[in-house]
Amino acid sequence: MLVLGNFLLPLITALISAAARGRLRTVVNLLGGALLFAYAIVLFVEVGESGRQSLAVGAWPLPYAIEMAADGLGAGMMMLVAFVNLIVLIFQSDWHESTERPGLYPLQHGLIAATMAAILAADLFNLYVWFELMLMATLGLLTLGGGRRNHEAAFKYFSLNMLGALLMLAAIGLIYGSTGHLNFEALAQSTRQADTASALTVYFGVLLAALLLKAGAFPLFTWLPAAYHTLPTPLLALIGGLLTKVTVYLLLRLTGQTIFVGQLDEYLGWLAVVTMLSGVIGAAYHWDLRRILSFHIVSQIGYVLLGVALASPAGAAATAFFLLHNILVKTNLFLIAGLMWLAMGHYDLRRGGGLFPARPVLALLFLLSAFSLVGVPPTSGFWGKFLILKEALNQGRLVWVGIALVTGLLTLYSMSKIWIEGFWKPNPASPSSAPLPMPALTAVIVLSLVILLVGLYPEPLIEYLNRQTSTFGRIVQ
Amino acid sequence: MTLVIMIAVSLCVSAGVLLILSRDAFRIVVGFAVLGSAVNLIVFLAGRPGTLVSPVIPKGASTLAEGSAAALPQALVLTAIVIGFALLCFSLVLAARVSRDHGHSDVAKHKASEPECDPGSENSLKPPMMEQD
Repeated sequence: MLVLGNFLLPLITALISAAARGRLRTVVNLLGGALLFAYAIVLFVEVGESGRQSLAVGAWPLPYAIEMAADGLGAGMMMLVAFVNLIVLIFQSDWHESTERPGLYPLQHGLIAATMAAILAADLFNLYVWFELMLMATLGLLTLGGGRRNHEAAFKYFSLNMLGALLMLAAIGLIYGSTGHLNFEALAQSTRQADTASALTVYFGVLLAALLLKAGAFPLFTWLPAAYHTLPTPLLALIGGLLTKVTVYLLLRLTGQTIFVGQLDEYLGWLAVVTMLSGVIGAAYHWDLRRILSFHIVSQIGYVLLGVALASPAGAAATAFFLLHNILVKTNLFLIAGLMWLAMGHYDLRRGGGLFPARPVLALLFLLSAFSLVGVPPTSGFWGKFLILKEALNQGRLVWVGIALVTGLLTLYSMSKIWIEGFWKPNPASPSSAPLPMPALTAVIVLSLVILLVGLYPEPLIEYLNRQTSTFGRIVQ
Repeated sequence: MTLVIMIAVSLCVSAGVLLILSRDAFRIVVGFAVLGSAVNLIVFLAGRPGTLVSPVIPKGASTLAEGSAAALPQALVLTAIVIGFALLCFSLVLAARVSRDHGHSDVAKHKASEPECDPGSENSLKPPMMEQD
């Protein structure tokens, strides 16, 4: 029963926030977010002390009951989701874009509930259902704006993600048809004995394709930069920071422990490097802050997929570390972009500028996150990239390492573009001098401190993740 | 029975793919509905279709009778139908709104969120300036 709290709490908050108005709603949101974070910590500690927590729904013995479970990695991931959720809620508490939309908070909490449940789900069909709920909540949030741009973006988002959902369902049907199992552990046992050249590999390939589409991997990532930039900033930070990363986390979990896709790792690795390169090239073209950062999501997804493709315990630990770093940094960069918008009046960098003399604190915060995204030591991004590339070098993947390093260089180019255009260049108009909203600034500063801490003191985290992923790997025949 | 369902799946998949590759918003939505039915049939196929023995344990026995239908895939299909129906309803409304916003349903010409750059201007290679939004 303990594990369900992470899912039930945001659901209850969603219900209450639908009824509450005005100041009360802000209180409900913040309270719900804080409670969820506290609960996630409790669950994390509990899992650390007494091992994997699981709940079998329905009066069936385990491989047949619907299982919700949290192990060390999953509980950590949920704690991270709860933390980012709380930060975004604090940011939103005094933000002009989040006041007059009635459906906003219920959908947002619902999205978090679905994300938590997707992390908790321990069988394939359950996972599919939560993915669909995440899709529905996101579609709702995309259309909230009510303008032409919002509907159009939602339709693009819908079409490609629907394709992913259908592929996933088809793969689940086929996998169930040939193994008779949906539960992750039962699947792992029955696929361990299976001949890897069998039809199962094809079915796993379909499942992989569906998850890759939803993660924003090359070539079907176009829904992401086409839709994300129409969202209001706090939602952009939440959705852009979490959703694709949670999908990659599930991919890591499935390929590491449940479905063994030995022959597909090679392709996955190449897809990963093409993804990171195409994302960063897309970012180089754009001048809109939100679009630049959206394309960087794609690019960073390439790095994590590279970690998944390395298919070793060390690669899995590196992937998990990179996911943690990337969720924090990406969310922070989107939130900072929102503050830059407040100060410049524009998301288009060509029309902005002069923020460095006007807003030195904001400049410092941006610099920290930008360096972290690029991977300058000793930031969190450096450790994430270092771990992944070290493992790739150990496996002799020189071309992949080379492309990853070139991508890092291009990321630096893209971040210096924001820095030069947004902060250094004199502003064509006079920038607004109104003070930034205090809750938003506090949220960004707290998040930045956490990023700084992860960068300066990554050792215990890496050790913990190494312990959690020691059994991750593939069956090689 | 399996062969019949397989033929139905392949027909639905071909029709669905043809429709979702169209540029008309409504055809895309219908295409996803047809494709969804094909996928539901694939899941249904895992449940030993064609047998007339119901998945109920007979009185006095402790296991299912030989060759009885599998109940789980049917439950899965039912869930998938419900989810698919909700998404279909939502997407129909969305397609209607998108078409009404633009006055036509050709999605290739829907450029409000992704404005094209002006080919005649001096900066035709750069992305267009963002309007205040």
